[in-house]
Amino acid sequence: MTQSLPGNLQVNVRFFAALGERLGRSEVRVAVPAGATIEAVWSAAVPGEPLPASVLVARNMEYSQPAQPVEDGDEIAFFPPVTGGRG
Amino acid sequence: MKVRVTEQPFDPWLELRAYQDSRDELAGRFGATAAFVGTMRDFNQGDAVQAMTLQHYAGMTERHLEAMSSRAAERWELLDSLILHRVGRLLPDDPIVLVAVWSAHRREAFEACRWLMEELKSTAPFWKKEETATGSRWVESNTPG
Repeated sequence: MTQSLPGNLQVNVRFFAALGERLGRSEVRVAVPAGATIEAVWSAAVPGEPLPASVLVARNMEYSQPAQPVEDGDEIAFFPPVTGGRG
Repeated sequence: MKVRVTEQPFDPWLELRAYQDSRDELAGRFGATAAFVGTMRDFNQGDAVQAMTLQHYAGMTERHLEAMSSRAAERWELLDSLILHRVGRLLPDDPIVLVAVWSAHRREAFEACRWLMEELKSTAPFWKKEETATGSRWVESNTPG
């Protein structure tokens, strides 16, 4: 369990829209070991639930991939498919 | 090139005119202006929609729209572009989005405007939540263009 290890990277995690509502929070800080990926950040923030395939991920406000390693101080965001605009 | 995300209602036609007038580098140079305005409907997926709340990822949204604008300017010969997008609570008939593009000739303006709008819809971090008679619901997917 990533969460029980003494983490040395501090990461700010954000959830948006329907995903944030379902999890009951929009922001949480987690600690993960060096070399951890975005997927490991998800596991630390949402224990016991695999990262849903439909969820999009961003690292420091740019689209990224679950296998991308994170760095100390990163902001990692998880969100559902986007639905802006109209027409 | 300008991008703005706002909680305030806006008039896309006044905004377009004001921006165009404020850009000295456009004067006498553009032959084509293409504009797309997206407006809130009072129906979606067969239900009446009374209001809508648009959430976004502040910071990433602006960054993403600016990156899109830069990519459009690399791909087409454009003189300028403007993207405005509303967030917060909206009512039917409220303008949601304005995408405007200026170029010397029409093809670039049409194509870049269409591309920017489709790219915005499929990649910019905005989410809609609709209020209907039976409660509120997150919009799960976009309507086909």
